[in-house]
Amino acid sequence: MKPINSVVCIKPVPDQRFWDKVSLDKKTKTLRRTGIPIALGPLDKNALEEALRIREASGGKVTAISMGPPGTEEILEWAIVLGADEAVLLTDRAFAGADTWATAYALAWGIKKLGGADVVFFGNESLDGSTGQVGPQVAEFLDMPHVTHVNKLDLVGEDALRARFHIEHGFIDVEVKRPVVIAVEKTINEPRCPTLWGTIWLRERKIIRWSADDVGADKAKIGLPGSPTQVSDVITIELKRKSEILSGEPSDVARLLVQKLQADSVLPKG
Amino acid sequence: MKEHKGILVFAEQRAGKLSSVGLELLGIGRKIADKQQEELAAVLIGHKVGPLADELGEYGADKVYLADNPLLDVYRSDAYTILMQEVIQQYKPNILIMGATCIGADLAPRVAAKVNTGLSAHCVGFDIDDQGRFVGQVPGFGGAVMASVICPNHYPQMATARPGFFEKLERQKGRKAEVVKVDVKFKEEDLKIKVVGTFVEELKSRPLEDADIVVAGGYGVGGKENWKLVEELAGVLGAGVGATRPPCDEGWADLERQMIGQSGKTVRPTLYIGVGISGAMHHLVGIKNSKVVVAINKDPNAPIFQAADYGIVGDLCQIIPRLIEAMRVSS
Ligand SMILES: Cc1cc2nc3c(=O)[nH]c(=O)nc-3n(C[C@H](O)[C@H](O)[C@H](O)COP(=O)(O)OP(=O)(O)OC[C@H]3O[C@@H](n4cnc5c(N)ncnc54)[C@H](O)[C@@H]3O)c2cc1C
Ligand SMILES: Cc1cc2nc3c(=O)[nH]c(=O)nc-3n(C[C@H](O)[C@H](O)[C@H](O)COP(=O)(O)OP(=O)(O)OC[C@H]3O[C@@H](n4cnc5c(N)ncnc54)[C@H](O)[C@@H]3O)c2cc1C
Repeated sequence: MKPINSVVCIKPVPDQRFWDKVSLDKKTKTLRRTGIPIALGPLDKNALEEALRIREASGGKVTAISMGPPGTEEILEWAIVLGADEAVLLTDRAFAGADTWATAYALAWGIKKLGGADVVFFGNESLDGSTGQVGPQVAEFLDMPHVTHVNKLDLVGEDALRARFHIEHGFIDVEVKRPVVIAVEKTINEPRCPTLWGTIWLRERKIIRWSADDVGADKAKIGLPGSPTQVSDVITIELKRKSEILSGEPSDVARLLVQKLQADSVLPKG
Repeated sequence: MKEHKGILVFAEQRAGKLSSVGLELLGIGRKIADKQQEELAAVLIGHKVGPLADELGEYGADKVYLADNPLLDVYRSDAYTILMQEVIQQYKPNILIMGATCIGADLAPRVAAKVNTGLSAHCVGFDIDDQGRFVGQVPGFGGAVMASVICPNHYPQMATARPGFFEKLERQKGRKAEVVKVDVKFKEEDLKIKVVGTFVEELKSRPLEDADIVVAGGYGVGGKENWKLVEELAGVLGAGVGATRPPCDEGWADLERQMIGQSGKTVRPTLYIGVGISGAMHHLVGIKNSKVVVAINKDPNAPIFQAADYGIVGDLCQIIPRLIEAMRVSS
């Protein structure tokens, strides 16, 4: 079997245990995330796992790539500990403020600089923005076909993959020739745990850092200036309702509730 | 005169049946079109789907772009992207909305990159601002924040809409849309994605999204045995049964059909009753559109009480049987 080189795109996301610390800057309309630790997105772990499994089956190389501020190195180190052969960080002030289009553009140029890939893996959606748009957009910029919502993936023949695209109440099985972009769901696999070997690999490997110029990205197409969408406003969500607590003996509150619901016309009157 | 005019929606169909979200999009589109005095068009792609064009007209479309060909029988991103691009170039819409279904979410970002425009993701609200710009309300961080996203300098202004969040219009029998045929210029050999099989489960019961009353159970229900209590309460009310994530993980409920929230379904019943549910944001975003929310939880500090109209603090094993009695008596 021909060796298969995979690139896995991983996104730094604010650690979910600290989400209540994400606050809104009312003036700038941006989210303040300072001091919140970052983590490797859960689906990105599944994406990495699938790439590692392919490498085990067919040989080849696994490269993790991420676009983010310098602190993003941490999650790339994780990727190496888990088994990635190399890791690339696209980091540059010029990348900041990117929407999915500009994020995808930067990642696509990074992947081109790596010499392309046979399979480019994504999580189906990120934990924070969770638009699920970056994968298909990278595919367009690299002129590769894409399949998202993948919960089963097999190698077929010399140069193809069979992917199960999960849709509402069913699935579509497709066969695609490589190179291809695949975005995975949680159910595709069970990500492995780090091993002691991993920490040893980490000592031998360096994380490659590339700037916008290094990958040859057009400055007009990255970061905030390159983003076709803009956030015009951000608000925190009010889910508060009237919160009337009914108290008393179970049978009394039950009757009381029924009366209230009838008065609100959401239950038919007896 | 504006170069980009009209609102275009993607009328998703599967196996010759229009998806509910396609009709919801026509509902959104009609409102904007009337406000802007523009036209509302739909794109319909598939095989032997011609008759659906009439249905789209009855639900509000003025025009239907129809691509009908055996190569389009089952969705694949490469074929559908080519046709979307074709229609966009012909029609030059001001706004393009697609459903944030699995298929819509797979197709929309590809189309946006192809025609070089921005895309607002799984919106739960739309507006036209005072400068005439299309604004999409995009939830983030599991629904804790809401961003207003615009796309000021690129066309079409694109968005995906969250299924179940918007109302379809009343069907107007006999209302007609003009049908414009779109030619398919590619062959099977030109496509990189080959469909090798499909499977769609027959839905026996009414989908939860359409239920007038929803009774949802959480991890606090405690087990399969107690889950029957939840189902019994729902039975008395003629309600659909929903769940948070943990009961689905435990196997008391079905993830695909019953999970409500950020990664599951959005319900919009007149009455929602949540039992043994703490009230995580991930779940609450899916019940936001309920008319009246009732919460039953033994912990008086459970966050769900803040998001409920009526709360009962107590053990569900004692409350539910009494509630079933009271409902029976009253009906
Ligand atoms: C509340 C909120 C709403 C937003 N709404 C929109 C919107 O409507 N339209 C829009 O265009 N942008 C929007 N954004 C911006 C968007 O989140 C960012 O562009 C982000 O950089 C990428 O999008 P995502 O997190 O949605 O990624 P997704 O597309 O959900 O991510 C899928 C996968 O892509 C890969 N990936 C994503 N980002 C990176 C990265 N930086 N490095 C490496 N791999 C990556 C990962 O594999 C990830 O699992 C929004 C952001 C927020 C916080
Ligand atoms: C990325 C992501 C996406 C997610 N998406 C979703 C989603 O779409 N939908 C979803 O639901 N969750 C989702 N979750 C999970 C979510 O964060 C919460 O963990 C989940 O909603 C909690 O479910 P729960 O309220 O049933 O359980 P718990 O939080 O464990 O609450 C159980 C409640 O039951 C009460 N209780 C216990 N015993 C009794 C009793 N005898 N009588 C009365 N009350 C009792 C307790 O007081 C407690 O408040 C997601 C999580 C992540 C990370």
